[in-house]
Amino acid sequence: MAEGKQQHPLQVYFWIWGLLFVLSFFSYLVDILGFESYVRWSLIILFMLLKAGFIVAIFMHMAWERLALIYAIIGPPVVLLLLIGLMAVEGDYTESTRVDFFGADQTVFLGHGEAAEH
Amino acid sequence: MAHDATTAGDDLTPGIKGIAADWAGDRETFHVPWGKAMMWIFLLSDTFIFTCFLTGYMNVRASTRVAWPNPSEVFALEVGGTPVPLLLIAIMTFVLITSSGTMALAVNMGYRGDRAKTAALMFVTAAFGAIFVGMQAFEWTKLIVEEGIRPWGNPLGAPQFGSFFFMITGFHGAHVSIGVIYLAVVALKVLRGDYERRGYEIVEITGLYWHFVDLVWVFIFAFFYLW
Repeated sequence: MAEGKQQHPLQVYFWIWGLLFVLSFFSYLVDILGFESYVRWSLIILFMLLKAGFIVAIFMHMAWERLALIYAIIGPPVVLLLLIGLMAVEGDYTESTRVDFFGADQTVFLGHGEAAEH
Repeated sequence: MAHDATTAGDDLTPGIKGIAADWAGDRETFHVPWGKAMMWIFLLSDTFIFTCFLTGYMNVRASTRVAWPNPSEVFALEVGGTPVPLLLIAIMTFVLITSSGTMALAVNMGYRGDRAKTAALMFVTAAFGAIFVGMQAFEWTKLIVEEGIRPWGNPLGAPQFGSFFFMITGFHGAHVSIGVIYLAVVALKVLRGDYERRGYEIVEITGLYWHFVDLVWVFIFAFFYLW
């Protein structure tokens, strides 16, 4: 079965392998250098997407597959990433409902028994 | 209006055979070996499972009334008396990437028909996977025994920390463990020459699963450990 057989020069893999190490080191560096808030989150997501992209495109050979397969497989996860983002943003609303139910006192929340009586 | 062009001309076989004929229709959508298409679709469904965890986690992380424990400190390791942040996690990340590289080489050797090298590289990949699971067991033990972290609470902060940590890393660890077994089985069959006639797509399919495990770790590393 010649169709679907993925054979590429070894060099490609070694390059991507090295690149993944470098990118992992960079994302680790984000923590060591102590970036905070939006800078931190943007850098984490940037390195995460780069790493994920190279793994899928080269190691999993997606770059050489037909567009029908690429769109079918990559499309849904992109939408899912959006969902993760949306629910992170919705965290504020979830927190405000927690405050409504448990009150602003943080210690009440830890004692599950007392909180349930409200 | 009663008979439009799309249904009128079709001859329908009654019953189950008709359903099968309609769905099959002698058409192929994905021009890859069927095993590869199935693996991709399985991985896609697995993506949904991990997304459930990460979606719930991100929402909870942003909404706890008590501060979330700082992962940088929780997962620090003492080296010569000074704590190095996220050291174990960084090593685990590098172990998994290394295993991904050896797996990619195994796929390449498989298509070259080099059975010995393919099997050897797959065993190396499985060994790195086993090392990863071992380090995870060490990490779990440390958190449970020394830090007193439980799924329902912990002394460091938000009680939800434990449940998300154990569930997400536990599910990923289970995937790695299954992958190690899967790799070992396929590697043994490669060595025995079982695929000489069928071809070595199976190595690439096994590789897809293994790279996916690495891929999930990329997201866990970013969202859980670094965030």
